[in-house]
Amino acid sequence: MNDIISEVKEGYIVELAKGGKREDGRALDQYRDVSIHKGVIATAEGSAKVELGNTVVMVGVKVSLGEPFADTPDRGVLTTNAELVPLASPTFESGPPNNVAVELARVVDRGIREGKVLDLKKLCMTPGEEVWVLFIDVHVLNYDGNLIDASALGAMSALYDAVIPASKFDKGEDFNLEINNCMVTCTSAKVGNAILLDPSLDEEKVARGRITIGLDENDDIRSVQKGLTGAFSLDEVKQVLGTSKKSARNLRKMVMGV
Amino acid sequence: MGLLKELRPILRGFMINKEGDIMSKEDDIVSTEEKTVRLLDDNLKRMDGRKLDELGDIRIEAGALGRADGSCYLEWRGNKVYAAVYGPREVHPRHLQDPTRGILRCRYNMAAFSVGDRKRPGPDRRSVELSKVMGEAIGSVVFTRQFPRTSVDVFVEVVQADAGTRCAGLTAASVALADAGIPMRGLIASCAAGKIEGHIALDLRNEEDNFGDADLPVAIMPRTDEILLLQMDGHLTEEEFFQALDMAMKACHEIEQIEKQALLKKYKEALGGEE
Amino acid sequence: MNAEIDVREIVLPGDLQDPGLKPGDWTYEENGKVYATRVGVKSVKSGYVNITPLEGRYIPKVGDRVIGVITEAMPSSWLVDINSPYPALLHVNEIEKKVEFGNTASFLNAGDSALMEVSSVDEVRKVQVSMRGEGLRRMDGGQVVEASPTRVPRIIGRKGSMISILKETTNCRIFIGQNGRIWVDGEDEDIAKATLTIKKIEAEAHTIGLTERVKTYLKGLYDK
Repeated sequence: MNDIISEVKEGYIVELAKGGKREDGRALDQYRDVSIHKGVIATAEGSAKVELGNTVVMVGVKVSLGEPFADTPDRGVLTTNAELVPLASPTFESGPPNNVAVELARVVDRGIREGKVLDLKKLCMTPGEEVWVLFIDVHVLNYDGNLIDASALGAMSALYDAVIPASKFDKGEDFNLEINNCMVTCTSAKVGNAILLDPSLDEEKVARGRITIGLDENDDIRSVQKGLTGAFSLDEVKQVLGTSKKSARNLRKMVMGV
Repeated sequence: MGLLKELRPILRGFMINKEGDIMSKEDDIVSTEEKTVRLLDDNLKRMDGRKLDELGDIRIEAGALGRADGSCYLEWRGNKVYAAVYGPREVHPRHLQDPTRGILRCRYNMAAFSVGDRKRPGPDRRSVELSKVMGEAIGSVVFTRQFPRTSVDVFVEVVQADAGTRCAGLTAASVALADAGIPMRGLIASCAAGKIEGHIALDLRNEEDNFGDADLPVAIMPRTDEILLLQMDGHLTEEEFFQALDMAMKACHEIEQIEKQALLKKYKEALGGEE
Repeated sequence: MNAEIDVREIVLPGDLQDPGLKPGDWTYEENGKVYATRVGVKSVKSGYVNITPLEGRYIPKVGDRVIGVITEAMPSSWLVDINSPYPALLHVNEIEKKVEFGNTASFLNAGDSALMEVSSVDEVRKVQVSMRGEGLRRMDGGQVVEASPTRVPRIIGRKGSMISILKETTNCRIFIGQNGRIWVDGEDEDIAKATLTIKKIEAEAHTIGLTERVKTYLKGLYDK
């Protein structure tokens, strides 16, 4: 994903950031408008569409019965995948997930897994033989910056929406997934010496470093991912954590409320 | 069902999705069985006798591989890794060339025999992610603008793994880059810290990583304390997070000294062979 | 560049240089301080601190004499491998002989080695070489030794002192390319001894007292 940005535009964004301003008029620690719609895909057991600014991501949860991993015979299986399909950006090519897609999926997965959002033991039907297998599939529809937060919001929302289709498999009545913790990720980008929360597409292009923090309901940290070339100082990491904590609380309300 | 059971040992650790593609477990290599071992004794000493804030043994050899432009062999506790740098060199395929700077490519790979349960050869999703974040850390210190239209390719091969392979690999890569004469702002040092049985600990080994509560790999350029790689999985309060980060960053300073000694040793040894 | 170097003067990437010095080759400045960017030997000239790298590939400079290997003969030019990340182009106009369009292989074919001079390097490092000049010609026979280009100054020696010893003792013709390629021609045994000696100089390029040690070494090779 190497979109060229003109020097003029880059200079403009960096200058703005120096003065605490952004192209779209946001404050440095302000998210774009977020809208979350759950239950948008009838063929999925759980789904959500997230719009974060102009970034649009659809997440579906598919549930089936399958064999557990040999070394965790009493647990359900959770797998996350992300598809950066070509229609979402002129820079996306068709083919198997590239390293950006792989990282995206793994960071989203990490937040959910380390955040103990689900108790996988409760998804075991018969140990060693039959467990519920959950696929979280992130489908990016329009890329305009900050896929990680949009996808994480979508994944969390889709899990809230998900219903285990037990009746379809003659395993009893359908039931909702039990959610133990609402995980939220907050991503910031470093532009010049300024830290920008929820980077837009252009801001990502000029960013020299990006950091994502996964926070749980108690403001504890469950996952961290520093990405892109560029470096953060310890003070900057502290700053990021502070702004992330505040934003996470607001985002969480949106995931749980809608 | 019967056939699947027979295939189970071969498919262990892999899932097949509806399209029949084999996907790998998202968890890192070792499983998450119930914990049956104590990681700390009554004096807070660890399984290998180390204190909570003690770094494992590290041995570095610069220039270990002859064909590469720069290379390094590194042993760190039970980890054995090779790093090699080719470059700057012509970019293939040509369309990847950048007229303004050299491109940096990093490939982290584990040998099939490097882990307890054989790992299927080739890149899995974990390797893809690690290659990416390691390459980004390197990209933050290398002067790519000084060699346009070329590539610098960094290869990290783990031949024996014992937790902390990305830190070992990145440290080895730093030595290999210097050994190859690639211009850098400074050396890179990498180390992980974590939490075991409620205590923040430095440089986790395999068992500690599997049964511990958090793992925090870090890479910095010790000259300025800039953070180049930072990841975490597990559960840490904010205070614990910064305690672990501080511990890892301090260890990185120690590690940088070991790197420097290894690079200088290469030149001191040339004299040693004299009658 | 100092022909004889003390091991103590080796610097590593990120090493801070003495205050008051200005940033020369392979250094950079940050917040008023100067740092080395490569493993090398530092030297100071006219208030500038320069790092002479001990490792690294050959980056072509105009005026360098190099030994190139033809990789492809094209209708009116040749593609040349000059042991650099940057390939070079040799145009028919840049050789002294007249070669017809499409007939380039008659003069130089893929695999041939020749002594050339770097005639131009543009901003994106497109390199052109020339064979117009004294002594520039195709190499036949002999052997090409590949050494690290960073050791070339040491192999030449101060005012050519090192290479003179080599030539005289081994009775070989020796051409040293700035790109680390060295052509040695003579009797087979002499070529072998010259090759061994060049490798030794390469390995110990950063040490002091090398010239004397090389003299002794060469003498030892011939005494056997």
